[in-house]
Amino acid sequence: MMSVLAIEVPYWGQSLLRVLGGLVAVLLPAGTIVYVFLFKMMSFMQSRLGPMEAGPYGSMQLFAEVGKWLQKEDIQPDNADKRIFRMAPIVVLMSTFLLVAVVPFGPDAWFTNFETGVFYALAVSSISVLGILMAGWSSANKYSLLGGLRAAGQLIAYELPMVLAVVGVVIQAGTMNLQQIVLAQNAGSIFGSDIVGNPYVLTQFVGFVVFMIAVQAELTQAPFDMPIAESELVSGYMTEYSGFRFLIFFIGEFATAGVFAMIASTLFLGGWGIPFSWFGWTDMDSVANWMNVAGPLIVFTKMMVLVFLIMWIRFSSPRFREDQLQRFAWKVLIPVSLANIMVTAVLKVAF
Amino acid sequence: MVAQNIGFTIIAAAMVVGALRVVTTTNVVHAALWLVVVLSGAAAQYILLAAEFIAVTQVLVYIGAVMVLFLFGTMLTRSRIGTDSGLNNSYAKLGIPVAMVLFAAMSLALADSFGTEELPTDSSLINTQQISDQIFGPYLLPFWALSFVLLAAVIGAIVLARKD
Repeated sequence: MMSVLAIEVPYWGQSLLRVLGGLVAVLLPAGTIVYVFLFKMMSFMQSRLGPMEAGPYGSMQLFAEVGKWLQKEDIQPDNADKRIFRMAPIVVLMSTFLLVAVVPFGPDAWFTNFETGVFYALAVSSISVLGILMAGWSSANKYSLLGGLRAAGQLIAYELPMVLAVVGVVIQAGTMNLQQIVLAQNAGSIFGSDIVGNPYVLTQFVGFVVFMIAVQAELTQAPFDMPIAESELVSGYMTEYSGFRFLIFFIGEFATAGVFAMIASTLFLGGWGIPFSWFGWTDMDSVANWMNVAGPLIVFTKMMVLVFLIMWIRFSSPRFREDQLQRFAWKVLIPVSLANIMVTAVLKVAF
Repeated sequence: MVAQNIGFTIIAAAMVVGALRVVTTTNVVHAALWLVVVLSGAAAQYILLAAEFIAVTQVLVYIGAVMVLFLFGTMLTRSRIGTDSGLNNSYAKLGIPVAMVLFAAMSLALADSFGTEELPTDSSLINTQQISDQIFGPYLLPFWALSFVLLAAVIGAIVLARKD
């Protein structure tokens, strides 16, 4: 973001721009995902229209919903641990905002160009578990506690395959910096053909599938929605939350879906880039300046495609049982991703 | 360097407060959450030292895994809201001299091995590749030994947990 518009911006101005950019990068995808997928796509898949009254095709429904939640009474259970009860949603949302900080949006349009970007993303994504456990415990409610514990067990189990799936990408790109991973994909070639670059969804397909399944579980979307199973646990750790505190959880859920999809698109679909051979670019310096404007749109498009996959599976799958869920993680995903690492490493050395 | 020193002071103060609250609070879950504050303070200090790989590892391992497991276990077994009685046992006072001795030993060891050495002020970052070159080069044997210790712990846990 240093010289996006070729204007010298003072340090405080850059910081302000970064904060505003982070807000947009988290909240805009969250709103779009809720309207396009949760309201409209889900309704069409269930043969109904969804919201139609507020604005054309119900497009203003989101603002109506936010207004509704903000008006609602802020209820805190008598026996709840009030301070932790209030802190929990903020911890969950904080982890989302920390996560977006490493996503690159263009050759110069990034928040931080962190050397260990992927590793950082995996680390801060696990902070949300802490918030979920805090919410589940402090609500003084059996269902909430059960939901929190289920969430923790599930997220611990699925964090491992997620990390292991990313290792394949890191081996192939030879770096943990997300910007360099984007470069490696778009400037790369498969068997000498650089028509589409080298998006790792082609060469790391196993890693991509494992990563997306783990993302589905990390987001506690069906079929991995044991922790918030509304038919048995009444939304689990969110049971006691109302009004704007529930709104924060709700935003956190869909914003995290968006940010995880952005990270997945950066790791596997080439991120902000388009195959560099189309325009004759060879490295980061030769990329045209307009990519700083087009990049965010490309990331957004790729994110929408991946969120579509996530939501499609969510709306059409029944729930896993607890034992199936754990068995799937430990006996299928982790061995598969370990084998993927071995094969990738061997091929990397061989070629 | 002034900014770093100010940052260090603020983070260190937060860590000290957090550490004191870990041992003085009357609720097990609160103690665990204060420990999270201390551990994330340590991660922030690593960032100040420009050791970002270690900082991220600290977050991933201690906050993301160890503390979550810790809270998980505490909530499964004794998840009471409010104050717990009988958290301090009769050896609580003994902890103070032990902590003093440990502190003295560690300060002596640090002062002995580093002395007046200063961090390089230019931006010669130690990158992740150098760390891995060290671990998988000269320090390979200790690394293997550590893996065996972990393996032994895992097998021990399975043996303890299995009834049949």
